[in-house]
Amino acid sequence: MKKRKGPVFDGKARRMIEDMIATEKRQIEERRLQEECACQDGMFPRVDRRHLLFAAGSSAGTLALAALTRRTAAEGLKVPPGAQLFDVPADSTKEPGRPIAGDGGYGSRSQFESEVRMRSGNSVNDYSASSLTPLDKMLGNLTASGLHFERHHGGIPTIDPAGHLLVVHGMVDTPKKFTMADLKRFPSVSRKHFIECSGNGLTEWLKPTQITVQGTHGLLSTSEWTGVQFADIAREVGLKDGAAWVLAEGSDAAVMTRSVPLEKLLRDAILAYGQNGEAIRPEQGYPLRLILPGYEGSTHIKWLRRLEVSDKPFMTREETSKYTDLMADGRARQFTLEMDAKSVITFPSGAMKLPGPGFYNITGLAWSGRGRVQSVGVSTDGGKNWFPANLGSVPEPVCTVRFSFPWVWDGKPAILQSRCVDETGYIQPTLAQLVAIRGANGSFGSVYHLNAIQSWAVAADGGVSNVHA
Amino acid sequence: MCTRSIIFGAAAALFLLFPGPSRSQAVEHYGFGSPASPEDLSKYFAIQPNGHGLPPGSGTAQTGAQLFAERCTACHGEHLEGNPTRGIGGDKLLGGRGTLNTKTPVKTVESYWPYATTLFDYIKRAMPMNAPGSLSNDEVYSITTYILSQAKIIQPGETINASTLPKVEMPNRNGFFPDPRPEVQLYH
Repeated sequence: MKKRKGPVFDGKARRMIEDMIATEKRQIEERRLQEECACQDGMFPRVDRRHLLFAAGSSAGTLALAALTRRTAAEGLKVPPGAQLFDVPADSTKEPGRPIAGDGGYGSRSQFESEVRMRSGNSVNDYSASSLTPLDKMLGNLTASGLHFERHHGGIPTIDPAGHLLVVHGMVDTPKKFTMADLKRFPSVSRKHFIECSGNGLTEWLKPTQITVQGTHGLLSTSEWTGVQFADIAREVGLKDGAAWVLAEGSDAAVMTRSVPLEKLLRDAILAYGQNGEAIRPEQGYPLRLILPGYEGSTHIKWLRRLEVSDKPFMTREETSKYTDLMADGRARQFTLEMDAKSVITFPSGAMKLPGPGFYNITGLAWSGRGRVQSVGVSTDGGKNWFPANLGSVPEPVCTVRFSFPWVWDGKPAILQSRCVDETGYIQPTLAQLVAIRGANGSFGSVYHLNAIQSWAVAADGGVSNVHA
Repeated sequence: MCTRSIIFGAAAALFLLFPGPSRSQAVEHYGFGSPASPEDLSKYFAIQPNGHGLPPGSGTAQTGAQLFAERCTACHGEHLEGNPTRGIGGDKLLGGRGTLNTKTPVKTVESYWPYATTLFDYIKRAMPMNAPGSLSNDEVYSITTYILSQAKIIQPGETINASTLPKVEMPNRNGFFPDPRPEVQLYH
């Protein structure tokens, strides 16, 4: 039998991928139109507004900006989501600014910031769909709550916390129900963790398809999560001998369920009601979400309403027919829960354009579901030579860390890559390594868990594109 | 005076080093929350492969065919072939046996799902998409029976209930294995 190279996809997977590619193109086009007229600051986007970018620091640039923004306001163009439109004075030091608390007490972002989540094309319909975080625009380690990626299986429910209950039962001594007020009386912890969908990058197995880092890696976000440790709740109900798995259930229209090993819940699970200092966002599970640090995103059950303790997994639809990884021999890996070490350069990345040779601060994110990031390497020659990157902060367990690498571009074509090593000594693999293990007969099932090194090609004209190298 | 303040200081230092039981300590039981009664729990369900959690009731493929035509075909097709139309995107439910190790694997209830109990659980839980949780237990049994019968996993005339459903042998029952990662090939 002839050995097949590279994964193959079933009809549904193929449609999904085609859809994602089309969606990203649409979004880039929309953004281009928006940026041409609204002139937000950005990182070398490949659109025709370079004159503005490099004039921005000068007085002429400021005037041009003001004039353009006024025109925008006058023409009644769309205000970026999450922003309010205000007139821009010619000189903000020559007249009072806006009165205090005119926002009603809750601030919004600048009208000059327009980055948004991108609705992903893997949407089979409007309720079972995902949206991706604009990683190229994110600063630091945390993701703005309003830009945290989404994956829903039955839409976003609206839940009044006053009536919300968490029920814990099954192999326990005392089945109990907890109101949100009950849960908030327990001691709380606040920890920064990333969540990544195991489908992040699913379009990229065969050939580079997505143009931007939002498309290739945008199913990744990081927040500080605040809530109760599962261990405290476990003692409250009393675990019975033989308890080994717990079913977590959401109160969305999909009544989403996943089975989670009890050992994991007792190790570091958080029943979170807080995200980045405020109540968790509705799209992220308001009022309560299960946080399982380092596990694939679909196990972090949103709108959490029930935990059923059992001796065996429940074999729900999401852990049998979905989120399993079909291998070449026709058998599938199951409960592939941990997210392996991964990293990506976010600047420069796909669809950007470097204005010319010179200094660039390469930057990106690294993370591992198995613990802390130990180190990150950067290569500018497609992986032939690796240099240690600077870590922007002390790596925290199961949290993204921003890395950077000072680079003087000589103007010749280059291939930029980053490679993460986590504290277990695991080295982020190449795509060829992963395909050799999983991809000889990949399918829709084995598109999950792509954690390969990402390559961005910088062309002689400064254009940056997604390549396999 | 001087001695007294030394004694006082030493006592304060000792207290800081060894705070008494009135200081913070781990609490084993907080007593928050209230007992969940059987009635509280009766509105929830999760069906396990051994049949645990299956409700009373039963269904036949004949009844299921009618229900499927009314409630399911818009998304899953008249012949259970699925509907890829954007905005609908219902999964294909039939076919694909013998394809999982080929170039074009087709993953359906028939070819891929390892447990019939999962089918019941998911239909009762989340289907139909526009009115989840609206089907009675008998209706869920019937639609489950119809799909299994169309997939030729059970005989057309069979009646399915809480004791027979867990015994249904799905074609891909042994098609799954636990996560083998970390992948040893990466440590060569």
